[in-house]
Amino acid sequence: MRTALSIAIDALAYGMVLFIISIGLSIMMGLMRVVNLAHGAFAMIGGYLASYAIRDLHVHYSVAILIAVIGTIIVSIPFELLLYRRIYRKSDPLIQVLMTIGITFFIIGVVNFTFGPSLKTIPLPALLSGPLDIGFRSLPTHRLFVIACGVVTALALWLLIEKTGFGIKLRASVDHSDMADALGIRTEIIYAATFALAIGLGAFGGVVGAEILPIEPFYALRYMVTFLVVVSVGGAGSITGALSASLLLGLADTTGKYLAPQYGEFFFYLTVIVIVFLFPHGLFGRKHA
Amino acid sequence: MTDLAIDHLPRRRSIPLVHEAISALVIIALGAAGYVLFPDDLAFLTRLIGISFLVLSLDLVTGYCGIATLGHAATFGVAAYAAGIACVRGITDPLALLGIGIVAGALMGLISGALIARFRGLPQLVLSIAVGQLVAALANKLHFLTGGSDGLASIEAGKVFGIYHFDMYSRTAYLFSLAILVVVFVALMRFVRSPFGLLCRGIKDDDLRAKMIGVMVYPRLVIMYGVSGAVAGVGGALTAMSTGVVGLDSVSFERSAEVLVMLVLGGAGHLWGALAGAVLFQIFEHIVAAANPFHWMTLVGLLLILIVVFAPKGLIEPVLNLARRLARKGKAS
Repeated sequence: MRTALSIAIDALAYGMVLFIISIGLSIMMGLMRVVNLAHGAFAMIGGYLASYAIRDLHVHYSVAILIAVIGTIIVSIPFELLLYRRIYRKSDPLIQVLMTIGITFFIIGVVNFTFGPSLKTIPLPALLSGPLDIGFRSLPTHRLFVIACGVVTALALWLLIEKTGFGIKLRASVDHSDMADALGIRTEIIYAATFALAIGLGAFGGVVGAEILPIEPFYALRYMVTFLVVVSVGGAGSITGALSASLLLGLADTTGKYLAPQYGEFFFYLTVIVIVFLFPHGLFGRKHA
Repeated sequence: MTDLAIDHLPRRRSIPLVHEAISALVIIALGAAGYVLFPDDLAFLTRLIGISFLVLSLDLVTGYCGIATLGHAATFGVAAYAAGIACVRGITDPLALLGIGIVAGALMGLISGALIARFRGLPQLVLSIAVGQLVAALANKLHFLTGGSDGLASIEAGKVFGIYHFDMYSRTAYLFSLAILVVVFVALMRFVRSPFGLLCRGIKDDDLRAKMIGVMVYPRLVIMYGVSGAVAGVGGALTAMSTGVVGLDSVSFERSAEVLVMLVLGGAGHLWGALAGAVLFQIFEHIVAAANPFHWMTLVGLLLILIVVFAPKGLIEPVLNLARRLARKGKAS
């Protein structure tokens, strides 16, 4: 029972971190059809910025999150202008894969040249670091904070996409880019805004998830595959899909690591193969023309 | 894209096999130059040839069939492990080990092809990664077979044809690898121009049209994957024999990504492009990697971005264009 609860909390927290980071990637893939393998690299930049802000500038955790998100978006602007614009909606996935792998390598090299190759911690404020007593037992507060962040992100995104003018234009651009263009929606602005949103979410996830996915030099490469898998299993461009895929894969991975640690990631990837084989467009994905 | 298939047909039916003979001579000449000029670096050059087989193999599925894969190192690694395990368990004849590598690679190719070729786009990419990672996880966990993270060591192949033994300067290994490279390359030149190879090109250009004229697309892609696996298997077995160890790096995601980079650097869809990319990239890596690995990553990243922006068809394309222009000029005058 005790183990079951630990697994549940850890799996939920891990799944939420996966969700916060992957949903940005999922939106980008759904809208721009870019297989952005560099998404993890931007999450890593967020983590490094937050770590620098707290440890060297001594700002509060919440301020550090803001610095990380805004700083990463600023860093990403030249990449968007110079590189990503070329590959939006371009049909050849090979070119996209290569360019985004190139961007990943480049960012890893530069970030580690700037911040050094050691593991970077993001110190938690006192409020989040201890255990939280919920009556019959205590739970790690940080895990609960991560879960809360995930829930808030999912709700906020849902409101943004379903209820606002921006969301309507975004959905129009996803479904019929050319028609949206013809109706006077500035699709390139929508694309740029969505890119910034996606990168910001990635950076946010990188910071709050740093306890679970530690910020280290090869972060971008190590978790690249995991984020891509979440999007593929969930279906590109779907919030429900990304959420359920994150929780499912978080559960599979955490349970596997608790109960059969000697097999490592074997069951995780086996699950992925089975799911992708059965649902090639993801659990909640739509078939795009 | 439509003129590609035509370009690969010989213009006139001139002397048979002349293309193949010229290619073989070029590779032999380059190999001999390497042997004479860099006698101290033969171990590196042998490894270079080993990886070249993997890049050629990737070219068959990516360049000729249009399948984007990030898990191709699995075919190479499975063959390397198969040859290594067989060698440790007592089969030491190099040609037999090569055969084992080819069979293992072809089987792995058929299995992964059967999974991956059913889809296109993102699901295909993710399946290829998942297959590659699954093999990597297995190689890590089946400790009694593969040595796990320690790698499989003390692979000592016997003498080639019972005469030449693998010496510490890698002379035998290098010449043996070079000879096999010539044979495989010439065979592949014939293969990609065969009706089967041309059909695969057609599938890459427009798979819907291929289906409409009655081509069974899926089985052909799986067969192509099997052939590609066999080619990668040659490289895996040779690398296992020449280096004497097989490590987890031979099935890793990084290896898969790296060979894709090599292929696109040279030019996907050309055998010469694949070979040139493999050689150029590895020499570049050999020189730069001595420095800080992070500088190395920055440089490779930059190189990749530049290639995608300025020469998305690879470095071989401008060379081919120049050759074509020269040929046309020669004919006109």
